Formats: sequence, C-alpha cells, structure tokens
Amino acid sequence: MKLELRGITKTFGAFVANDAIDLVVEPGEIHSLLGENGAGKSTLMNVLYGLYRPDGGEIVLDDVPVSFSDPGDAMAAGIGMVHQHFMLVPVFTVAENVVLGHEPTKGGLLDLAAARKLVREISARFGFELDPDALVENLPVGAQQRVEIIKALSRRAEVLVLDEPTAVLTPHETDELMTIMRQLRDEGTSIVFITHKLREVKAVSDRITVIRRGRVVGEADPSADQAELASLMVGRQVSLAQDKAPAAPGDIALEVSDLQVTDEAGMRTLDGVSFEVHHGEVLAIAGVQGNGQTELSEALLGLQETVHGSALLEGRELVGRSTKQILDAGIGFVPEDRTHDALVADFSVAENLVLDQHDRAPFGSALAMSRRAVQQNADTLIPEFDVRTGSSAAAVSTLSGGNQQKVVMARALNRELALLIASQPTRGVDVGSIEFLHRRILDERDKGTPVIIVSTELDEVTQLADRIAVMYRGQILGIVPGDEDRDVLGLMMAGYTAEAAREAVASGARTTDSQLADEGEIV
Amino acid sequence: MSTAPAVVKDDSEVTRTIDDIRPDSWWHIPATTTVLGLLALVLFGLRGIPGADSVYALAREGDLNPFGIVPESITVPSMAASIVLSVLALLASGALWALQARVARPSARVRVTLIVVFAVAWVLAFMTWVISERTLGVATLLQGTLALAVPLAFGALSGVLSERAGVINIAIEGQLLFGAFGAALVGSIAGSVWVGLLAAPVMALVMGAMLALFAVGYRVQQIIVGVVLNVLAIGITSFFFGTVMRDNPGRFNSPLRLPTLRIPVLADIPVIGRVLFEQNILVYLMWIVVAGLTVALFRTRWGLRVRAVGEHPRAADTVGIAVNRTRWINVMLGSAVAGLGGATLTIGTGVAFGEEMSAGKGYIALAAMILGRYHPIGALLAALTFAFADSLQLRLGTMTAAEGGVAIPGDFLLMLPYVVALFAVAGVVGRVRVPAADGVPYVKQ
Repeated sequence: MKLELRGITKTFGAFVANDAIDLVVEPGEIHSLLGENGAGKSTLMNVLYGLYRPDGGEIVLDDVPVSFSDPGDAMAAGIGMVHQHFMLVPVFTVAENVVLGHEPTKGGLLDLAAARKLVREISARFGFELDPDALVENLPVGAQQRVEIIKALSRRAEVLVLDEPTAVLTPHETDELMTIMRQLRDEGTSIVFITHKLREVKAVSDRITVIRRGRVVGEADPSADQAELASLMVGRQVSLAQDKAPAAPGDIALEVSDLQVTDEAGMRTLDGVSFEVHHGEVLAIAGVQGNGQTELSEALLGLQETVHGSALLEGRELVGRSTKQILDAGIGFVPEDRTHDALVADFSVAENLVLDQHDRAPFGSALAMSRRAVQQNADTLIPEFDVRTGSSAAAVSTLSGGNQQKVVMARALNRELALLIASQPTRGVDVGSIEFLHRRILDERDKGTPVIIVSTELDEVTQLADRIAVMYRGQILGIVPGDEDRDVLGLMMAGYTAEAAREAVASGARTTDSQLADEGEIV
Repeated sequence: MSTAPAVVKDDSEVTRTIDDIRPDSWWHIPATTTVLGLLALVLFGLRGIPGADSVYALAREGDLNPFGIVPESITVPSMAASIVLSVLALLASGALWALQARVARPSARVRVTLIVVFAVAWVLAFMTWVISERTLGVATLLQGTLALAVPLAFGALSGVLSERAGVINIAIEGQLLFGAFGAALVGSIAGSVWVGLLAAPVMALVMGAMLALFAVGYRVQQIIVGVVLNVLAIGITSFFFGTVMRDNPGRFNSPLRLPTLRIPVLADIPVIGRVLFEQNILVYLMWIVVAGLTVALFRTRWGLRVRAVGEHPRAADTVGIAVNRTRWINVMLGSAVAGLGGATLTIGTGVAFGEEMSAGKGYIALAAMILGRYHPIGALLAALTFAFADSLQLRLGTMTAAEGGVAIPGDFLLMLPYVVALFAVAGVVGRVRVPAADGVPYVKQ
C-alpha cells in the first residue's frame, strides 16, 4: 500500500509540532523517519494513526484521501503501529492482547482457541516462540515487542509504523527486529521506521526522511555519510565521538557487596550485586531497562524498602541510613525518571535547583530559607548549564525536557561530591546538549569524584565508561573494560557472561550494525 | 555457556527469584492468631459456665428428612466444646507459625486455608460459649445471613462493574439509598411491589449518571465525587421523606413486601432448604447476577474490553475501544445493580423507606469488593462473611435481651460486622491487585 502524507500540520497551543510535512512511503519499502527527540516524529505518526486530529493537510492511501477520527479507522484502513510505550495490557495473556478489539467469538463467548491459533500462525511465520497463554507482564521486553508486531499483523496491516522500536532492545534483538522488518518488506508491507539512531537507519532503510523542529529538512539515501545525516538531523556540525582522557583511578571510594533488594511481592529485583568504584573513574551500569538498575541506584540512595547487603562509601555504611543522611554524605543523584522523581513541576527553576540542599547553608537553615542565596545560585547555574528559560522564577514544568534535564544535572553537580550517581543523564536531551553534559560528567571524574552512570543507551555507555558493569535480571553478569566490543556488551545485555559473549562473538555472532562498522560505513 | 546459540531470542516467560528472606512482618498474623486463640481458650473455654449445654437447632418438623439423617438439634457441653474448638484454633495458629518459620514466602493457598480454619474454629468457640444454656437456630442464623448479604453483594457488584472499568465507585452508599427510596416511592404510588422493583434500578441510575458525568465526563477527583454524591443522596431522600412521605405515607411510602418464592421440595431440605430456596426474587436475582457477571467479565468480548479499559485505557483506545463510553456504560450498569440492592432494604424486607436507611452498607459493600479482589464471586463471599457477622450480632442481641447466662452488651455486638470488615480487609487480603487505571480519568490527546 502506498502511503502519502501531504502538508500535515499539527499545533499544540502556540507550539507547532508538525509544519506542513510531506512524506511518501512506497509499497514494500522501509522508510526511516530520522530526527532528534522532540522533532515531531511521534506526533506525525499519531496523526497518521488517528490518535491526533491534524490541523491541516491530508493522508492519502493508494491515491485515495482518507481521514481517521480514531485508531479504529486507521486500523481498518490497514495501518498498524508498534508504539514506543507498548500498548499491551500487562495482566492479559499474549492471545488476549493480540485479539483485543477484534475478538473472535463462539456462541457469544470469547473464542480463545481461535486467538491462540492466530498467535501461533503468525509466530510460526516469523520464527517467534511466543506462548499464547503467557502473561505479557512476565515476558521480556523484546518478546513484548514481538507481541505488538503480531497484534498489528493480525489486523492485516499493510503499512506498519514502528515508533522508536529499538529503544528497549539489546543490539542483537535490534538485529533480529531488522530481519523481521526486511522479511515484512519482502512480503509487500510498507514500513515506517522512526528513530534517532543513525546506525540503525543506515543498516535497514531503503529511504530516509530527516525531520527537524517539525519540518522535513531533507531526504537521504542510506548510503549517505553518517556525519552528514547527523548534521542534517541536528542542524549543525556535531562531533559524534567525545574525546576522553584516560581515567586516573585512585583508591576505592564505594564498595558494594552482595546488595539485595526485594520488592513488595517478595520478588528479588536486585540479586546479590557486588562491585567497587574508584576515585576518578566512571563505572557505567549497562543493560536493558528493567533489569535491576533502578533498584540498584535507588538502594544506594536509601529509596528502597527492603535492602540487604552492604554499600560502604569511604568506609561508612549506606544501607540502613535515611536518604537525607545519604545525601548529606555527599552523594549527587540524578533519578532516571525526570518528571516524576527529580523535579517538583510547579516549583520555580531556582527552587528546583536547591531541592536537595534547601535546608542547609548557604540556602537555608532548619527554620528558614535564604531567598537571596537561592536566587544567586540560579543566576550562576542557569547560564553555566545553558538552561533555556525565560526566568529563574518560571515553573520548571514550562521548560522543555532537555532543559529540565539540565536543571537536574546542574543541581546534582553543584557541590563537593563524594559520589555521583546519574541514571539516564541525557535522556531526551538534544545532541548538542548531550556533548555538554557528557563533558561535565567527565570533568567531575577528572576532579577525582567516583561516578556511576546508569544508562540503557550503549552509545552513552561506551562514551563515558572506564569500566562497564552489565546487568541482567537483577545480577551483574560481569564487569568489562570501557572499550569492550559492542557486540560482546550486546550479548551480555541478553544474559551471556563476559567469557561466553566474547567466545560467541569470536565465532561469528556479529550484528549487522558492527559488520557495517567493520566496512567503514558507520562509526 | 560456550555452546550458547549465536542468535539471541528469548520469548519465554521470565521466572523471577522468589526471595528467601522473610519479610519483617512475617510474625504478625501467626502472633495475632495465637493471642486470639489463647483469649478464646481462656474466656470461652476455661472461664465458661461449668455444666452448661449449648444447643444448635437444625432440622425442623416437616422437613424432607428421611430416617432423620439430620438431627433436630445438637447439644454440646459448652465448656468442653469451646475448649476443643479453641485448641483447634490454636493448632491452626501453630501450623501458621510452623509454615511461616519454615518457608520465607509460603503459598497463599495454604496460608489462607489455615487462616480460614482458624477463623471458623474461633467463631464456633465464641458461639458455643455465648449460647450456653440456650438454643441457636442455625437455619434462622443462615437465613438472616443471606438476607443481609443481598444489599452488600449487589453493592459490591456495583463496585466491581465500575472499578473494573477504571472508575472508583464510592457512591455505592448513595446508589443503595436511591434504590431503596425509588422502590418504596414508586411502588407505593403504583400500588404494586413489582413496579417498585423496576423503579429501584432506574432511580439508582440517577446517581450513576451523576457519577459518570463528573468522574468520566468532567474528570473530577473520583473519591470526592463519590462522597459528595452520598451526601447528596441523603439530602434528597431525607427531604422527600420529611415532606411528601411524612404527609401522606399511605400514598407515597407504604411498607410493601416482595412475596417469598418457595421452591417446592428443595425448600424442604433440612437447614439449607429454607436458606436457599425460600427467599424473595431479589435473592435469586443475586445468584443470577453473580454468575452472569462472572461469565461476562472473564469469558466474553465485552468483559475483555471492560478489563482492558480498567487496566490500560490507552492500549484499549489504540485498538478502537471507546474508553469513556465503556466507563459510562459500566458505571450506569453498576448503579442499576446497586439499585436492586437498595430495593432489598425496603420492599425486600417489607418495611417503608426510612431516613438514611442504608446506614453505611455501601461502605461495607466497598470493603467486600476489595476483600473479594474485584471478582464477582469473591465479592459475594466477602458480602456473606460480613453479613454472617451482622446476622450473628442480631441473633445474639435478641437472645441476651430475653434471658440470662453469658451477657454481652448490645452496643458491643453492634460493632461486630465492622470489626470483621476491618480485620478481614487489613489482614487476610494482604495484597489485592487493583485495576491499574482505577481512578485515573482518561484524556484523549
């Protein structure tokens, strides 16, 4: 099916998310939509899927203009979508999720046998091994994504939109996804692949459309140079690799041994983790989201309920102490979920900048706060971290995601630190700011501060880390040097030990991505 | 691991490590049961009235009771029986200690079974003690239980219907009250109890419509809407009760009663016959609604969609399910069901409408819904549990008024259903999985 978007415009208040976007996807091609976070890719696709009503322009399918008022219409017209945040009901089985909305019935009751058969048929076509009766919440994310794909295909989608599908996958799972995409393309499905990752775009696309600030800024061929694509996407020259001086690690600063976290249901979410961090080094915690990283960083900060084991910071035990005591011990913390855990949305930028130090000099005492010190602090930090805000008195919720992240980072780095723990330090930040924030983290390291970076982005991990600990299902599978092969890291994220991963890579378990890198196609 | 496949694909379910570290609160339930068990042993057993007998009346004359299989009554020595039952309760408590001490995370099934055994033995010990030198009609007690359970069960089902779709329903109380009011008012005007029965759910729909309008339509905080609606229901019904109903009770508020439908033969089964097969239509309707709703929620297309809306409304939206329409419909259906529960209070029991006559039953129904884990059958069982406490309280209340022996202050007994509700919800349930989007309004972008 040929899909054409003509002059799609979508505004939210004064903000123009999509500005007269034109896009043509030919039948049986993989068309990548490349753009930074917030460039308007997801908005465009939500318009296509009937979730948003466009303010202008039209959607044309096989030369017939159509209009969708809800996703049901879009699906009926043959458009399927795999959302960035999975649209699966966690407590339902695979079969129930797949048929939801177009359930087969027999005698008035749900025909689950037919639903299971449907799942098995499509699974077999693509070599999935999904159990139709497995509860979705018990499946690994990669498998959940395959459920989403089956869901779209079971509705006979002829245009399949994949919105940032690789964000939650290991490199090898990404590779498999690409195989599936090619297979679908060869069967005649048109695929729109939304991403901000240059490597993937080059590996799988037939054509590339680049979007910046809501506008189409260019079309490119997959053979285009990576740096060229990057500058098209960002709007200026960017250096993709950060120069990093080698670390000069000192004594052990943090020593974690056999740390365990148990959740409310009695499940061990962190299962006996041990490692140490030296002064002046960056230890990156890599892994696919939901493998215990959140629990680890929160346990170190005293935010988890049931913690066993020990974490010694300069010889002082952290486990069992209150979060306030731990913060007072000099830990700077950047939580992974910025909007929920890091900022008070209605507080001003200046207030948010002192949230963790509001009750101590110079910002305040046990009784009162010093407005002036808070203001002075904001006046220094806002230009230093290039926070784009009209005023330091503006509510932090009025800032863009990237600027909010800068506020959180500025707060964490704004004092003498005994340890910096940063989860997803650059999530949702534009490429230019990523460079800057990475620089600040490395500067902190060079001052001798021990740093823990928790990140699911392999690019970020390899750029910052002196050593990398890979987490899988609540355990650390191994700690490897910062320059470890990406494929080895990828396999470790899927549950291999370091040795097994190296062996597998040596015997040929390479991803397309790294093969392209070997050929000099991508960096 | 050296033979690991080159390609990684894992579609199998994640098996999670169950923690072998005991939670800090592991001793709470064993300790509570032990203390209660010892109290029972001392109070009901050792300090009971020596030589007294307790009589449980069972079969009645005229029952279908070939060869007297079911005896007319069981007489037990109060003290001895209480001691035996208390010891049984303590054994269950001991088993709980052993279980919790041996396994860090015992299976819920075994644990709950032990707790139920404890509770039954404890309650029997209490009853045997309290009816020393007297006779307790078991059939009457159970009949009362069922009658009292009906409004609670309908109320809890109302909660299940609306909360499974993601709308918190605190307004059950108001819906019950409106149902009771509607049945009495319309029934009296029409002069027909059957018209009253029809009017109850229709009147309760007014409450449901307001809840849906504010909670779903205007996205007002749902607990606040619910509480305000309850107050509103009291206000409106009290106004009419104080004016037109008082001025002309014969016309607007006469005590009507639904006829008791006796199913021949079955109703003659000793003890349970009268309980199950000699009731009014509302009781039979309750069974039908529980069964129907269980099938509908878990076996039909409608039910799958409703649950999807309550768990992940955006996912439901992306497959073309109208989230807010589903919520509207479910809140309305729920309020209609609660209206039937309200009808029980007036035409079901044969009394006229009285001011604030729902008397907190809506909140107990809410507790029953939670205790029943948002499942129709669970809600029914929970409603029966609370109703048993209430029924026992009523029986014992009338008995102590009449005779001597063990005397418990009536006001103390009145507390019983609420104590049971509190303990059950706090202790036995542990964790209940609430529909993930319960109470969260859905906004389309």
